[in-house]
Order: sequence, then C-alpha cells, then structure tokens
Amino acid sequence: MRRDLEIAANFINPDARVLDLGCGSGELLQYLGHSKNVTGYGIEKDHEEITACISKGVNVIEHDLDEGLDRFPKDSFDMVLLTETLQAIQAPHKLLHQMLDIGIECIVTFPNFGHWACRLQLVSQGKMPIAKHLPHNWFDTPNIHLCTFLDFEELCSNDGIRIIERFVADRDYNDGPLIKRWPNLFGKTAFYRLGRAL
Amino acid sequence: MIYPDDSVGLVKPQLHQFNDDLVLSSGQILSEWHLAYETYGVLNKSRSNAVLICHALSGHHHAAGYHTETDAKPGWWDTAIGPGKPIDTNHFFVISVNNLGGCHGSTGPTSINPETKEIYGPNFPAVTVKDWVRSQALLADHLGIDKFSAIIGGSLGGMQALQWTIDYPIRVEHAVLIACTPKLSAQNIAFNEIARLAISSDPNFRAGNYHKYGVNPDQGLGIARMLGHVTYLSDDAMRDKFGRELKSGDLNQARDVEFQVESYLHYQAESFSKRFDANSYILITKVLDYFDPAREFNDELISCLKTARSKFLVVSFTTDWRFSPKRSKEIVDALIAANKQVVSTTIESPHGHDSFLLPIDRYFQVLQTYMSQIYRDLIK
Repeated sequence: MRRDLEIAANFINPDARVLDLGCGSGELLQYLGHSKNVTGYGIEKDHEEITACISKGVNVIEHDLDEGLDRFPKDSFDMVLLTETLQAIQAPHKLLHQMLDIGIECIVTFPNFGHWACRLQLVSQGKMPIAKHLPHNWFDTPNIHLCTFLDFEELCSNDGIRIIERFVADRDYNDGPLIKRWPNLFGKTAFYRLGRAL
Repeated sequence: MIYPDDSVGLVKPQLHQFNDDLVLSSGQILSEWHLAYETYGVLNKSRSNAVLICHALSGHHHAAGYHTETDAKPGWWDTAIGPGKPIDTNHFFVISVNNLGGCHGSTGPTSINPETKEIYGPNFPAVTVKDWVRSQALLADHLGIDKFSAIIGGSLGGMQALQWTIDYPIRVEHAVLIACTPKLSAQNIAFNEIARLAISSDPNFRAGNYHKYGVNPDQGLGIARMLGHVTYLSDDAMRDKFGRELKSGDLNQARDVEFQVESYLHYQAESFSKRFDANSYILITKVLDYFDPAREFNDELISCLKTARSKFLVVSFTTDWRFSPKRSKEIVDALIAANKQVVSTTIESPHGHDSFLLPIDRYFQVLQTYMSQIYRDLIK
C-alpha cells in the first residue's frame, strides 16, 4: 500500500464525505472507499487521469481548480483534500478559504521549498533549485506558487486557518529524528490537517 | 452481404401493441397504441444486462445495424453500438425504441385514431418526456426487464434518461446523459418556435391536415430542419466544412444557391422533409420545450433528483451552444448537492451539438470505459 495514501487516510474519519481536488488517477479515493467506506468525488482536469478514474469506478468531475469552488455548496463535505497541488494554483490562499467553506476540514500537502537541498542550490549555484521533489525548470513548471512550511504556516496564522495536525516527511513519506527536529530544513513534504478558526 | 465484424448486422424492427389505456400527462388517453423497437445482443439469464437507448428529436428505433442488405447506411448510432463497440452487444442487450408521437413506426400523428378511424394528424395528443418514459417502462415490463443496467441518451434522449432516474429510481442502475440539459433556455424555445412557425406558415400545411389534401409542407419542414441544423453545428465546424466555397467557383455565374453551405442546407431540408412528418416535428419540439422535471419540485433541481438512485455519467461538448457544457454542469452540480454518484467530463470537439452523434475518439473512450466498468460490476 502506498505510504502517502495511508498517511492521508489516517487523517480521515470512516464514512466521511470527501472532495479530492486534483485527484489524479483516483487512487486515493479508491483506497479510501475500500478501506474506510469514504464517499465523494475527485476533481481533475487532465483527460487521461479522468479516464483512469472512470476505469476504477471513481466519481470524477472534470473541473479546473483555477475556476474556484463556487459550484459546491457550503459545508457539503466532511473533508476536502488537496495533495501536491497547492503550488500549481493561481490563487492558493483563495482556494484554501474556499476549501474550508465547502468542507469542515481540509488536508493539504505540498513540496517544501525550504528543504536544505533547495536552499543549498540557491546559495551555492545562485540558480533556481531542481530536486527530486521539484524536478522542473523554472520556465517550464506547473509549480507557480512554491513555498516553505514556514511560509504556509504564516499564511494560515494570518488568515485564521487552524492547523489541527501536521505530519512532515521525506520523499518516501517517512519521518525521522532530523525531520522532527528541523522540519523546514529536512522535510520534503508535509500533510496538514486544517480547520476553520475556532 | 458481409457486414463488418463490429456490426450487429441485419436487424428486424419489432412492434408491440398495447391494449391498456395510456393516460398521458395532459389527461388525454391513448387506448390502442404501439411502440416500434429494435434489440441488439442477448438478454442474459438474470435479465440484468439490458441497456435502453433513447433517441433525440429526429431519431428513431433504428439505432444500429441494417434493415436490408441493400441499405446504404446503418442505424443512426451504429458507430457506438455493436460487438466490441462502446455499447458492446457482446455484453449488453440493447433496446432502442421509437417514441410515441414519432413517425417511424410507433403510434403518432400519422397513425389512425381508433375512435375516428382517421389519421390523427394535428389532433394527436400532446405528449411529454414523462409519457415517453412511462411507455418505455411498459415495454420493459413486456420484455421482462425490471431494471436497466444503463439508460443512455444524447440531447432529448438524455432528458429521457434523466426522467427515468426520477420516475423509476430503482429501475435504472446507470444513466448516461450526453449533451443534455435540465430544461430548455429561452433561446432554445425561440428556435423551436421559429421552426414551428416555418412549418405552420407553409400553405401546404393546411392546419396540419395536409395528408387529407395529398400534399406535404416540404418547404416549411425543410426550413425548420435548416434552422435546427445550423444550431446543431458550430461556427468553426461550418467554417471548416464549407468556408465560403462557391459551387461553381465563379461569382459571375452566381445562381440562387451558390455557396456550398446553402447547397448543403437545401439538401438537408429536402431529405428531411421526405422522411419526417411535420405534425410529429411540431409535437416533439413541444416535448422539448415543456421538459422541466424540476418544475414539480418548486424549480429545485436538487430536490427533484433526491430520490434518484442511479449512478450518472454526464458528457458535454466544448462547442455545443445548443445545450452547452454549462447546462450539463447544472445537472452535475445538482447531482453532487443531492449526494448522487456522478462522473462528468467535457469533450473537446469542433462539431457543436452534433458531436453527440459522432465517433469522437475521447468521447468514445470515455463511453467505452464507463460501459466496461458497468459490465465488470455486472458479472461480479
């Protein structure tokens, strides 16, 4: 079983109604359906991924996240998921608020631009970092809004978004003593469980 | 004649006579009525693999295969129905029905009214999508089909599939709504009204009694078809297909019909007026106009879909401006709000509303994948 799916699943209650933004081939939804009786929909714009979802029997809705989430009613989901997609969104802060409008809670994951390898490349070579978790050239990347864990947490704090839980991990989705001690330096990705301000 | 391996081959239309009264939504009663239909593939032992195909405005029951060895063309959706095709007749028992009020075999304006012993003509009672769905359900009863594996339709056909999920929730496992809308827009109705006026103002129409005078409102029906046809295509599709090509290639030789697009529309008009009944056309455009299942639910589509138990596939086409992707989105959003299972996608196509009849690669891939998934669940 894929470790990232397992981690995300740990954040989700059984029987929850979820919306998976940028659901890809629908693996997570399929897994959540089987393992936790979770229902809901995947949102995807890539046509091949949509077909992959259909072949899995996953409910997929073609929709471009940059058009926002107005089409979904307020409070209509228990959990809204956004895995490894936040950095590719036109207005990530607006999307986060919309996610917390339509869902009671959210799970957000994204690659950490504050990882030491990124910092090192920028400092030593003076060039935009290319790493395993950020493989694109600057001119040809879908990742238009990269940030570090600190940046993200600052946005949450300023915008009244409550961080309920956080799991920071390496590329294989494991944590370790270094990551625990210096997450923003050694973590490559993080799973945030977010809620509305109390 | 040898048919391609993926053709259902020679098919024979069938007729079922119903002797029980059918009370229509209008309150009027059809006492003797019949439906023309075709079937392809084999019904399995558990009678669970039936698929119903609902046709659009100018369609009929002949959806696939050939009636005679000399037929120039197969049924209207032959590209989608057959062995190994998206609606695979190796897997499914496919039923295609001509709707009441049509003019291709089922009871309609060209039939004899048993009370007057005369052709119904303009006096054929108004029917609705709801009536059609009821008549189809009665045919399903006759064929011993309790539940359809899928009910599939494009355009007006999609509206029937949608109505099925509302009226007979437990009889539809999957509904496939293609280039559909929850109700017509004012613009849609406007086009239909112009079409109807074109027909009724043809001097040969004689208030719908043309058959009594041995004439046919060819001109009016032709204009209605031309108008309809333009709304089925897109600006780009017409530009690509015809551009400003001249028939003679020389403006100095200009005749009445000079542009290719004119000639094409004239051809469409002529062939349509030969194969379609004017009263039927008026009747069916009215069916379109009045379709609005949410009306009985305080105009709330979400409440209207609450009782549905089907899973839905909703497909639209980028350049369809008759029932645009936005209209499909209304259905999808209501289904999501009503907590229904739904898959939806928009297909890139330059061909406008007509796309739903064309074998577009991605469209057929989606349909095939979805139908295969239904079949996998069926044999589980």
